[in-house]
Order: sequence, then C-alpha cells, then structure tokens
Amino acid sequence: MNTGLTETGLFLDRVTIALDGREIVALTRRVAPGAVLTVMGPSGAGKSTLLAYVGGFLDPVFEAGGRAYVDDLEITALKPEDRHMGILFQDPLLFPHMSVGGNLLFALPQDVRGREARRARMCHALAGVGLAGLEDRDPATLSGGQKARVALARVLAAAPRALLLDEPFSKLDAALRQQMRELVFAKARESGLPVLLVTHDEADAKAAGGDIVKIGE
Amino acid sequence: MHKRVLSLALLALGMAPALAETTNPDPRKWDEVLAQARGETVYFNAWGGSQNINAYIEWAGEELKKRFGVTLKHVKLEDTASAVATVVAEKAAGRDEAGSVDLIWINGENFASMKGQGLIMTPGWAEQLPGWAYVDAESKPTIRTDFTIPVEGLESPWGMAKLVFFYDQARTEVAALPQDADGLLAWARANPGRFSYPQPPDFIGSSFLKQVLAEKIEDKALLQKPVDEANFAEVTRPLFDYLDALNPLMWRSGRAYPQNYPAMKQLLADSELDIIFAFNPAEASSAIANGELPDTVRSFTFLGGTLANTHFLTIPYNAAAKAGALVTANFLLSPEAQARKQDPAIWGDPTVLALAKLDAEDRARFDAIDLGIATLRPDELGPAFDEPHPSWMERIETEWKRRYGVGN
Amino acid sequence: MLSRLGPVFAIGLLTAPVAFGLAGTVLPAFGFLPALGGMRFSLAPLAALFAEPAIAASALMSLLTGLSTALVSLIAVMLFTAAWSGTRAFARVQHLISPLLSVPHAAAAFALAFLIAPSGLLIRMVSPELTGWHRPPDLLIVHDPMGLTMMAGLIVKEIPFLLLMTLAALPQVKPARTRTLIAAMGYGRIAGFVFGLWPQIYPQIRLPVFAVIAFATSVVDVAAILGPTTPPPLAVRLVGWMNDPDLSMRFLASAGALLQLAVTALAIGLWIGLEKLAARLRDRCAGAGLRLRADAPVRWAALAVMLLSALAIFAGLAALALWSVAGLWQFPDALPASFELRNWLRVLPHLLEPLRTTLIVALVSTAIATLIAILCLAREDEMGHPPGRGALALIYLPLIVPQVAFLFGLQLLFILIGSAATLTALILAHLVFVLPYAYLCLKDPWRAFDKRYDQLAAGLGKPAWRRFLSIRLPMMTRPILTVVAIGFSVSIGLYLPTVLIGAGRLTTITSEAVALASGGNRRVIGIYAFLQMMLPIIGFAVATLVPALIFRRFRDMQV
Repeated sequence: MNTGLTETGLFLDRVTIALDGREIVALTRRVAPGAVLTVMGPSGAGKSTLLAYVGGFLDPVFEAGGRAYVDDLEITALKPEDRHMGILFQDPLLFPHMSVGGNLLFALPQDVRGREARRARMCHALAGVGLAGLEDRDPATLSGGQKARVALARVLAAAPRALLLDEPFSKLDAALRQQMRELVFAKARESGLPVLLVTHDEADAKAAGGDIVKIGE
Repeated sequence: MHKRVLSLALLALGMAPALAETTNPDPRKWDEVLAQARGETVYFNAWGGSQNINAYIEWAGEELKKRFGVTLKHVKLEDTASAVATVVAEKAAGRDEAGSVDLIWINGENFASMKGQGLIMTPGWAEQLPGWAYVDAESKPTIRTDFTIPVEGLESPWGMAKLVFFYDQARTEVAALPQDADGLLAWARANPGRFSYPQPPDFIGSSFLKQVLAEKIEDKALLQKPVDEANFAEVTRPLFDYLDALNPLMWRSGRAYPQNYPAMKQLLADSELDIIFAFNPAEASSAIANGELPDTVRSFTFLGGTLANTHFLTIPYNAAAKAGALVTANFLLSPEAQARKQDPAIWGDPTVLALAKLDAEDRARFDAIDLGIATLRPDELGPAFDEPHPSWMERIETEWKRRYGVGN
Repeated sequence: MLSRLGPVFAIGLLTAPVAFGLAGTVLPAFGFLPALGGMRFSLAPLAALFAEPAIAASALMSLLTGLSTALVSLIAVMLFTAAWSGTRAFARVQHLISPLLSVPHAAAAFALAFLIAPSGLLIRMVSPELTGWHRPPDLLIVHDPMGLTMMAGLIVKEIPFLLLMTLAALPQVKPARTRTLIAAMGYGRIAGFVFGLWPQIYPQIRLPVFAVIAFATSVVDVAAILGPTTPPPLAVRLVGWMNDPDLSMRFLASAGALLQLAVTALAIGLWIGLEKLAARLRDRCAGAGLRLRADAPVRWAALAVMLLSALAIFAGLAALALWSVAGLWQFPDALPASFELRNWLRVLPHLLEPLRTTLIVALVSTAIATLIAILCLAREDEMGHPPGRGALALIYLPLIVPQVAFLFGLQLLFILIGSAATLTALILAHLVFVLPYAYLCLKDPWRAFDKRYDQLAAGLGKPAWRRFLSIRLPMMTRPILTVVAIGFSVSIGLYLPTVLIGAGRLTTITSEAVALASGGNRRVIGIYAFLQMMLPIIGFAVATLVPALIFRRFRDMQV
C-alpha cells in the first residue's frame, strides 16, 4: 500500500498530529540512512510533538494518524522500548545515580554478554567521543561539553535504529555547539543512522545539510 | 479496656460452650489444690496504673512459678469494673467453664455486684486457705465486711487502706492542720487555693466525698444501708452545703480538679497544693524515696477518724485455673509476701495479718521494714470509719457531677 | 499492570473503613446493635444523650475550638506568607517550623503544658526574682474552662501543617512576579498578597483547612491534656462513654459520635459561610483600592506569632527532656536539684512492648501506604492525567470525617469479624490515616520528575518495568524516603485509632503517654513524650542519611 516497504531509512508516511481537531503536523518524508531531516518552526509549533510521536510518547490529548517505518519495520505499531529510537534532548539528562560508565552500561544492549565484554564496549564507546578513562566519574562532576558527549555515547551504545534530536545543541555555548554538531552528525553518518532533527536554529539546519521542513507557519 | 472488647466479642459471637459441671477445688485439701495448680496459668486482672505495684505483682509471678509451677499473667486494667463486665458477659453467653478471668483485685461496689449476681466461686473458700490462720480478722473488721457487704469467705484479704493526709512541714504550719472536715474548711478559708480533691468519679476523689458524708451526716446508721431515694436529698444536704462552701476556696477556685492521686502528688511537689491525701499511709514515704516529694513531707490524719477499708482477691465462678488462683491468693497472703508488700521501698501497702499470730522469724520480717519518715505508725492512724454501702458512692458521684462537674 | 491495583486499593482503603465505620456508628446511635440486644430502631440513645448534663456546652466547646483553631492558624500563616515570603527570614522560619509537623499532637500539648502551667518552666524562670512568687500562682491556665490553652495547643500544631500546605501551593501562582506587579501599583505587601495571590492559593489549601477544622472539633488527646474538664469537650466525653465497662454505654457513645459528626459538619458549614464573608470583605477593600501600606506592625506581629509558636514547642520539649532525668525539682527552681537516670531505668522495661508495637505498626502501615501511593501515581502516569477533584476529596476523606465518628463503628466491625485488637487490624486502621499523607506528600515530587529520563531510557530499549526500577525509583529515593518518614511520624502520632482499635491490648508510645497524662507524673510523661518526639526525628534522620550514603558518590543525588 505504500512504496516505503522495500526501501531503507526512516519513512514518515502521511503522519498527521492534531490537537482539539486542529492539525499541527502533516508530513510524508523519507530520511535515508546517515541523512538528516530538519524540522523547523517557532516554539509551540509542534516540533517536539512530532518527535514524541515517532518515539512513542505522544500525550493522549493529541490525535495522531499515519505511520512511521524504519527500513521495512513499522515502528508506530511497537511499544516505545521496542522502537529503539535514540533520543537526545537539549539537556544531557545523564542518570544522576549512575557513574559515567554506568550510564553507558545501562544503554548497551543485553546481547552484549559478559562483564568484561560489556566493560570493553563501554570504554570503547567513551573513547569514541574522546572521553577515554572517565568511566568511573560522577556525571555531576563533568563539564557541559563532556556531559553532552556522554549523552551522545550513551545513545549510540544502545544501537538505535534512528536518532531523534530535540534541539540538542541549544543549551551549549557557541564554540561547543559547533563541535557537538560536527560530532553528532559524523557519528550518525558513521553508523548509517537516519536522523530527525528538531530545531529553531538556522545554523543547526545548515550544519545538518539535509532536507528542511518548516511547520507551524 | 480490652476485657470489654473480649466480652463484646463473646456476646457478638454468641459463644456458648455447654460443658459438664465440674466441682471446684477444695482448699481444705490443700495438697490436692497444689497438685492441680501445677502447670496452670492464672490470669490476674488487677489495676495496672502504678509502676511499683506492677513490679510487685511481677515478683509474685516469679516466685509462684518457682515454688508452685503456677504461671501468673497480670492483665493490667484501667478499671476493675471491666473485669466484672467480662465475667457478666461470659455468663450471659453461657460460658460457665474456662472463663478468661481467674483472679480479680477487688473490693466495694465491684465485690457487691459480683456477689449479688452469683459470679464468685462458691462455697466460701477464703477462710479455708492455709494462710488465713494469720489474718487479723478480729481487730480489722473490714476484712469480714467489705463496704457493709458480708464477705462470707468469697474474697481473700490482700491489703489495708486508710485515708491519710500529707503536707510539707517546710511550708505548712503543723499547729494549724485541720483535725476534721470542718477544720479543713476553716483551714481552706485561711489558705485559699491550697486544697483540692481529684475529680469524682476518681476513686480517691469519691472517697473524700464519702469521708465528708460520714462526718456530716446526722444518722450514720443510714450509710450502712442502701441509699433511699426518698430522703437522699435531705440526708446529703450537709455534704453538699459543705462542698458549696469548700469548692470556691479550693485550688483554681474549684473550676478544675486534679485528675487523680498522682496528679495531686505532683501539685504538692510543685507547691501548688498544701494538703493532699491518699488511701495508703506509706504513699508519702515511697514518693520521698522516689524523689517525687521533698523529704519534708509528713502525714496526719483526722482525730475523729477517717475512712478505712480492705482490698481483696476473688475468683470468678467460671475461672479456668481455680486451683492456681487459690494458690496465688494464698501466696499473696503469706507473711513473706505481705511483709514485702508493706515495705515502702517496694509498695508500702499495709498488711492484713496480725503480727501477734506470726512466729518470731516472720515477725522479724515486719520489724525490719523501715516505714519511712513520713509514715504514721499503726497506732497513730486514728479510728477507722467503715465504708458506706456501695450504693452511696454511685449516688453521690452522680449528684456531684450534676452539681459541680459541668459547672463552667 | 500492577499499577492498576493502586487506585483500587487506595479507594478501598480510604472509603470502606470510613463507610463501614460510619454505619457501625449510626446504627447503634438509633438503638440497633444486635450483639448487645439492640434489635429495633429507637430514639432512646439520642434521648439519653441529650439528657446528659451540659451536653450542649460540650458540643459548643468543640464547635468553637474547631473554628477558632482553623481561623487563628490560617490567618497567622496567611499574614506571615504575605509579609515575608521570598525573604531570608521566611526561609529561616520555614526551617524552624517544618520539624514541628512531625511532633505528635500529644507531645506538643505536653510541651505547652509544661511550659505555661503556673508551676511550669516559664514562671520558674522568672520566679521569684521578677514576680516575687515563691510558690506557683493559683491561676487556671491549663484546663481553663474557655479552652483557650487547648486551642493554643492545637494552633501551634496546625500552623506548621497549613504553612507547608501553603508553601506547596505558592510556586504555582508565581509569587515573585505578581508581587512586583502589585507593589508597582502602590499596594502594601500584605494587602497586595491578600488581594492578588491569596485568592489563587486558598482554593488549593481549602481541603487541608477543612481537615484542621475536623481534627480540632473532634480531638481527644490534646483536649484531655489541655482542655477543660468541667465539662470536657464532646469527643473526650464520648470516648469516656466508649471506655465505660458497662457495655450498654455504647449506645450513648454512638449517639455522641453522631452528634460529633453533626458538630463537625456544622463547623465546616459555618466556615464556608465565613469564607464567603471574607471574600466579600476582600473584594470591597480591593474594589476601593485600599493600599494599606502602613502594614509594618502586622508584618512584625505575624513573624512574632510564628516564632513564638515554634519556640514554645521547642522550649516545652526541652523542659520535657529535662523532667525525664530530673530528681527532686521544686518550685521555683529553674533547674532540678539533681539529675538521675533512675526514671529511665524504671520505665525502660515497660517501654519495650509499646515501643515494639509502635515500630511494627508504623513501619508496616507506612510501607504499605507508600507502595500504594507509588502505584497510584504510576497509574496516573499511564493515564496521562492526575485524578479529578472528586478523587482528591476522597483522599482527604479520613482526614475530614471526625475520627471518633467512624472509628467506633470500625472497632465494632473488627470485633464482629473476630480480629479486634490484632496487629493486622491496628495496621489497617493506621493505614487509613497514613495513606492520605503518603499520597499527598509524594504527588508533587513524583510529578516533578523529568519525564524525558523515562523517554530516553525507552529509546535505549528498556521496557517499562526496567525503567521504573532502574531509573524512576532510584532517582526518587529521597522523596520516597521523606514520605516514609512522614508516614512513620503520622502513625506514631495517632492516638484515637490506637486506643480504639488496639483496645488497650496493643499500646503504642503515644497511647501510653496520653494514658499517663492524667497521672501528672512529669518524669514519666517526660520520657514518653521525649520518645514520641525522638522517633519521628530518627525517621527523618534515616530518610536523609540513607540516600546520602547510598548515593555518596553522586553529587546530584545529594539534595
């Protein structure tokens, strides 16, 4: 019934989201592996609502229609935890009751077995964002940039099917912001992950380099 | 309080175990009683509001276990009437065997009520106990007549009580102390706010009312009979005239009362009251020993006499451990237990025994007791007034409550 | 899902005991109690009730106590918040007063009595030097016929409760912004607050205020310790009838409980009338544009009242602790002549049994209550919305229906099913009162949890139960333990449920302390009240130390 089934990447098929009968999002788009779709709009336009829909946490007050696929899997039919959508918010949201390494170990899929193997994968992931050796640190003692990197390493460690980015750079200062943009998009390309980016910052869209959809205008 | 709940539960469930009648143990065959008692558990229902009395009962339990193999369980009551209510409820529910109360600390109205309703083990057993031989029934008439009710061996004497007054000689002039109820009124007039009595129906407070009634009533013989409603107002007028005069002169002008004797004791220690009273002559000495009262507190009594009575132990008709209860009553009557009880350092409750009947060794136990500086010697305690018939207490309590209990 | 059971349990536990209890009270009040031979309905118990001497005076005393306690404590809290919120003094007083919430009512009442009695600590401190008194003045302070001391005892305990409720409601009305706005129009601080912010805050603390009225109209322990005795307030008298060995007095007690229900309902009804009057007065003043800028005296008075109420309790509690180790301590000595541990040594063996019951009942009822509260809140998360007004009123039900009115019937129910005076029954009875507090105290921190943590963990592929156990619960450790400490202190302070359901066979530190109150042995009362106060403090200390210890390596988990 649609052409998306045999193709790869993230496919949003006639996704509509309405609040009290008023449609705020209506979208059909494909995001290829490694590519970025940037959704832009003023605050309150429903950008984050779209992410919540794809991630599976849409507030029941919204009425949603349409479907979302990753590769040939309809993720909108799945529970949030079975969708494997890696999310980055504007705050790093590291779990404050776990060490840096603990945060990553929590994210690693269960099929990585054995203490040693898991620990090795965790250290590797940390090194991948340039933070080798920080695994025993309390997240609260990290700098803002370090926290953002750990958050990225954590989301990648879970082997997601796609990345959902909710203004992930907006709280970083200008220099860090540029660095993180490069790092996140590089990692996404490296892992072949389709990325859905929500932002109101033109510079983000420019750095992402993919399609841009404007909503709420 | 839980006894009441139990009795209610019994009623609610309509428990009626119809067991065959068995004969009561006979204290004249004491060896059989002892044999039967071994291994029994005696539920002793006794007022539990005093730490030193509870400790004494605990001691008795240890000795009974050691010597006779009887386990004593102190069921601590707030009000003896609840034990009576339990037996009443058990009888109503047809539980004539294996009742939950084995031994009750009792006297006065509760005894009258139990005896009247046939709730006590019969036939009269108290005077058949081996320990009865030492009891001073001759010079202590209240041992055979409890609040005018003939005892008839249905309860075993445990201790003596007499109304005595306490004051602090460091601040109260001895010469001015009252000698009778009228003297007390005059003293209160001269020292307003320094006397009070616990709010009836507290037992000590009601006893004060009876003391005044006994002094003021014209025909004392009336008190030996049940209240006659027809002339109640008339014969009690002197009492209530007296209280009308006294109450405004009392502590807090009679608008509040101490709740019981311990509260009154604290008020003496705080110098709020100058004269207080208790039913136990050794009470002041024991309070001094505990640091609750200064060692300048002394006792006095009314020359014309004060109320006196005896407190007893009784066994319900349906007790589960009758032999054990007999053994307990007999042990508590023994010179050893009685002497220990009389020691103000332990409890300070006067004995029911006649020292003249004891052998030298047992008499020495009593001679060795230091009664304390604040305790009057037995010969200084003055004449004893008999308790009025139990109906008087109930009636004057109601009348008091109507007149003064809701005054504000 | 397990969480579906949360609301079921909560509603069952909160409404069933109240409903059955009320039925068990109302039926005997009309003469129906088959167990005691009351087989047909009659008005005899009510007739007997109204024939009791001065029953109207007792009822009136209860009514006035409820209204004045609520009025004085609410006004004190309102003026204090109006005058000082947002300042350093406010934060300090808040820290001073919050611990008072966990001091059981009975302990606070003892503290006050030991402080202000004619032979109390205050007069001792200034005598004989300032007063010339070598012996206590004959003044009727404690147990005064007007019940003023009793009201004071209730007010000092209700102030912390209403203050904390107000503090919880305060952030939602954005006080700083509104205050600036109103100040710019030239309104005095208090007038601005009362006209601008209070109308939004009050609806949120209205149920707690009703709970205060219900509690104060029907309180037994504080009334027995501080209240008038000739005659006592209604609730004290009817518990007396309930305790009467004569079982037929139950009919009278039930009729009294019915009257108590009417008195409390009337008090709340009158209060609603007062609310309307006050709102009209406020609107008239605001409409007239009264700026009321010279409010400095009121501001300072509000601060003084708050400080005084806190300091009175603390000083009284110190006096209690002192009495527990005092040897002879005669008037007017400010300190005992000697100190000794004898009182403690003598009381200690008798403490163990009530202490054990206290701890078991408090821990088990709190654990169950916290679990149910968590399940309820987890269910709310699933539903995506908080419960409506009706459900919230339900949660307050056991706090708004006077305890005596339904505990009598509840006791009867337990007797009929044969579990009176069992530990299970007592825990269940405590649960009825602990659960509302557990829910009310947990809901704000629970809802404040950043849901994105949960979404993020879902994105990491973790199922709901795993997210709940590994993320939500650990991150909520501190608020949950705080709720446990609150529930623990609520259970420890419960007097009437313990006395009626424990039926004297199961006693707790609080029921023992109140029973000893009439004896006036200050040393023993001092020991019990000291323990009553220490147990909640230990609870809160554990609630603070445990998370600090578990998460000592993680700074953001520290506060």
